[in-house]
Amino acid sequence: MIALILRDVKLGVRAGGGALIGILFYLAVVTVAPFAMGPDLNLLARIGPAILWTGALLASLLGLERLFQIDHEDGALDLLVIARHETPLALTVFAKCVAHWLVTGLPLVLVTPLLGLLLNMDATAIGATALTLLVGTPAITFIGAAGAAVAVSLPRGGLLVSVIILPFTIPVLIFGVMATLGAVETFAPFLQPFTFLAALTLFFAVLGPFAAALALKGLQD
Amino acid sequence: MKLVADGLAARRGNEMVFEGVGFALSAGEGMAVTGPNGAGKSTLLRVLAGFLRPVAGAAAMTGAPGGIAEIAAHAHFLSPLNAMKPALTVRENLNFWRAFGEARAAMPEEALERVDLGHAIDVPFSDLSTGQRRRAAIARLFVNHRPVWLLDEPTSGLDARTEAAFAGIIAGHMSDGGIVIAATHLPIEVAGMKKLRFTDGGDA
Repeated sequence: MIALILRDVKLGVRAGGGALIGILFYLAVVTVAPFAMGPDLNLLARIGPAILWTGALLASLLGLERLFQIDHEDGALDLLVIARHETPLALTVFAKCVAHWLVTGLPLVLVTPLLGLLLNMDATAIGATALTLLVGTPAITFIGAAGAAVAVSLPRGGLLVSVIILPFTIPVLIFGVMATLGAVETFAPFLQPFTFLAALTLFFAVLGPFAAALALKGLQD
Repeated sequence: MKLVADGLAARRGNEMVFEGVGFALSAGEGMAVTGPNGAGKSTLLRVLAGFLRPVAGAAAMTGAPGGIAEIAAHAHFLSPLNAMKPALTVRENLNFWRAFGEARAAMPEEALERVDLGHAIDVPFSDLSTGQRRRAAIARLFVNHRPVWLLDEPTSGLDARTEAAFAGIIAGHMSDGGIVIAATHLPIEVAGMKKLRFTDGGDA
């Protein structure tokens, strides 16, 4: 399992593209937003967390279809499935999700402070957004694993994966933005939405890999 | 340890590919599955490996270590795809499969020596020729020990000399008490290997 994480991280970094495309997309969404909103600095600062979260959500959807597709194309997926008596398939999927998040999700969190500056956000808001993204984006990857597993044998399933999993990511978005707001504004609570966000991630960390494993096993029939 | 298949039938779409296929292989025995394209050789292997559910019949292991009857738990599966990452070197690829599986056996260096590819160990997989890629994929069989080998067109892309050497590899695995089932449209000459011939009609 550790070997699988290491391999996928190595592949993600070495093959290039994957991780960088997500960041570039995130950057594009966030830099375009101020032009659309107009030069109202207070407005930007207020909706900054929402823009960052939306951008990060869409950027994490972008590379999800590659999660199993490459392994499917080169035959490695068959071998991961056949080894299920040694490493249960749900664990294999979990390992692939962890690697995928390290390569595509974590960089989004790391560039968030930089993008926060573009939106005139103060230090607290930037910190809160980065923190909620750190806690929340793994959930998107785990949900996405189920979608990617269903769509793995379809050519150009990329958009389909996004459409399938988007509804399931909405709660993550809601609680993520709510928690960020709670950290900034005095009238809104922080701890409740934040713990909800963490609970969502933990919940999907279990459910996502199991659902994906089921789909991958069914795919072979 | 014994691999028994009884009355297997499989379907591809709406068409029956084969029906009533049965055989039994004990430790140390091998079987070559031959027949024209589309006769059902690969389908049979995918059924045995558990990727496809048979329409009728069953295949299972008896007396296997650990008592698990599913063939997949004891098998190496070599598909026409090589299951290697082009961006990684041959050593990194083999090291990954070795670490991912249990019953770790030969190190990548040793496994590659056996397929005469030791010189290319630090070459990215994408830089190998077709035959070399196939040999690297065959080397994967050595990095973990699994008693049953399910080989789908193992010799595709290999030259005549390597093909002969590969027959020796199969014979070696059989004499070590392994079970080999190889599907191929070109006959593999291994002494003592049983033969299962598919015709276009589908039966054995």
